[in-house]
Amino acid sequence: MKTQLLRLAHARSGDKGDKANIALFAPDRATYDLLVREVTAERVRQHFAGIISGQVERFEVPNVLALNFVLHGALNGGASRSLRSDSLGKSLSSALLRMEIEVGPG
Amino acid sequence: MKSLRIAGGLGFYGDSWRPIRASIERGDVRYVASDHLAELTLAILQKDRQRDPNLGYTRDLVPMLADLLPLALPKGIKFILNAGGLNPLAAREALLAALKKFGIKLKVGVVLGDSVLERLDELRAAGVSLAHMDTGEDIATVRDRLLFASAYLGARPLVEALAAGADIVLAGRVADAALFLAPLVYELGWRWDEWDKLAQGIVVGHLLECSGQATGGNFGGDWRSIPDLAHIGYPIAEVWENGDAVITKAPGTGGRVSFDTLREQLLYEVHDPAHYLTPDVDVDMTTLRMEEIGPDQVRVTGATGRPAPETLKIVAGYEDGYMGQAMIGYAWPDALAKAQAAAQIIQQQMKETGLQAQETLVEYLGYNSIHGPLADPTHSDDLNEVYLRIAVRCSDKREAAKLGRLIPPLGLSGPPFIGGAGGMLEPRGLLGIWPALAPRELIEEYVRVSVEEAGA
Repeated sequence: MKTQLLRLAHARSGDKGDKANIALFAPDRATYDLLVREVTAERVRQHFAGIISGQVERFEVPNVLALNFVLHGALNGGASRSLRSDSLGKSLSSALLRMEIEVGPG
Repeated sequence: MKSLRIAGGLGFYGDSWRPIRASIERGDVRYVASDHLAELTLAILQKDRQRDPNLGYTRDLVPMLADLLPLALPKGIKFILNAGGLNPLAAREALLAALKKFGIKLKVGVVLGDSVLERLDELRAAGVSLAHMDTGEDIATVRDRLLFASAYLGARPLVEALAAGADIVLAGRVADAALFLAPLVYELGWRWDEWDKLAQGIVVGHLLECSGQATGGNFGGDWRSIPDLAHIGYPIAEVWENGDAVITKAPGTGGRVSFDTLREQLLYEVHDPAHYLTPDVDVDMTTLRMEEIGPDQVRVTGATGRPAPETLKIVAGYEDGYMGQAMIGYAWPDALAKAQAAAQIIQQQMKETGLQAQETLVEYLGYNSIHGPLADPTHSDDLNEVYLRIAVRCSDKREAAKLGRLIPPLGLSGPPFIGGAGGMLEPRGLLGIWPALAPRELIEEYVRVSVEEAGA
């Protein structure tokens, strides 16, 4: 069964140069484990095809039940030289919450 | 055990200082630490200074303190602000003049030496490449277009200013969280090699440096559950000698301090949470604990630190062409299709008139201007209204301005049912950011602190 991340987690994104980070937060340990399994760096990279030009790194932050993704080449050159409306990438977080993941046993 | 309460001030140049009043009046704080500088801000300040050598600091400084000092003075509250921007001395002059007018006697400290634009050749001669941290490119490629170059300083010079008796400390570029670490080190007597305490101090600073983002603003969870954002309280930290902290806000304010609002801020603009590098300590956030201990009270403990890095980060900004942009709205029916047709017309005319754009971006406000290719197309054929926005990247300002002139004729000679056109938008200068590293001793030998008293 598939579910949209919006139903499982919340997120915030921020900018630094041409990189953006998106932190994804689980409400409990079981959901965190599910996110660790399903929301891989590679899946996030594919999800943002057409928006980011580089790689995605993932950092696990289990003490606050979070995954932190760093998206390279994410901001059209960086907030201060971007042509985009969302120059700061503030809404990349909600764009990630559109992703659908498998919630059955893996 | 001894403790210190600090209020978070502004989160950027342009933020509201109204919530700081509540922190001062009802938050029982002894310090206000305020962050006025984003990466972009120094470029704005450089342009101010080019127009007038007495500018170059954030001009919210004087009106903000004129509003807050009458509340803060009777309580002996001190201020630490990076509002000095590129010209802390001019910021102090402006502030001292205002204090004199109000008959207020206070000591104002400044931190100098973060700006390294005039020292770049000297640094290069000393063997510092200043190559781009991410791409490795040679800084020579942007050297003649640089507008500013500033090193992120740590908390030490701020502590020095406090020790010299400053009631208000004005810095330029310092690490945002250092504005908060400084009063903790000074008041709680922390040593510069007590890495875990310093790490806790940086975490507290990081949680407080973006004003309302710690207290329910820009909250990505159930945003409807956050009460009374119109009267949001900015975050307040109480920090004990051993580094333990509680994050809260002033009673009677809106917003919320919870595990969820704070963990969102914890990772904001962080890359590797196990190595959050600052000038004063290399912070590991993965060891800390956050627990709600009461309404709007979250205890933060257990961040750990490793020795400070040998290098300091420099961020330089260079002129990187211009953005021209134009907007025009279309109404139902076929709003998106009409906007798309208009985009085609404009792009065809750009080609035929020879507008030299290095890049063209087409967005549809009301449909995909924020999520781009991830926008859901399900109802795209029945939208009530859509605005077309076209943006071009040009090396020349006049070239960028040409785009706007293509829009008005669409009112009579394009698809039907237009809404307000955005008018002729001025081209905007674009700024490239150049991050680099330098050995800290080459920066720190030029850092100076000076404290002066306002003559009442």
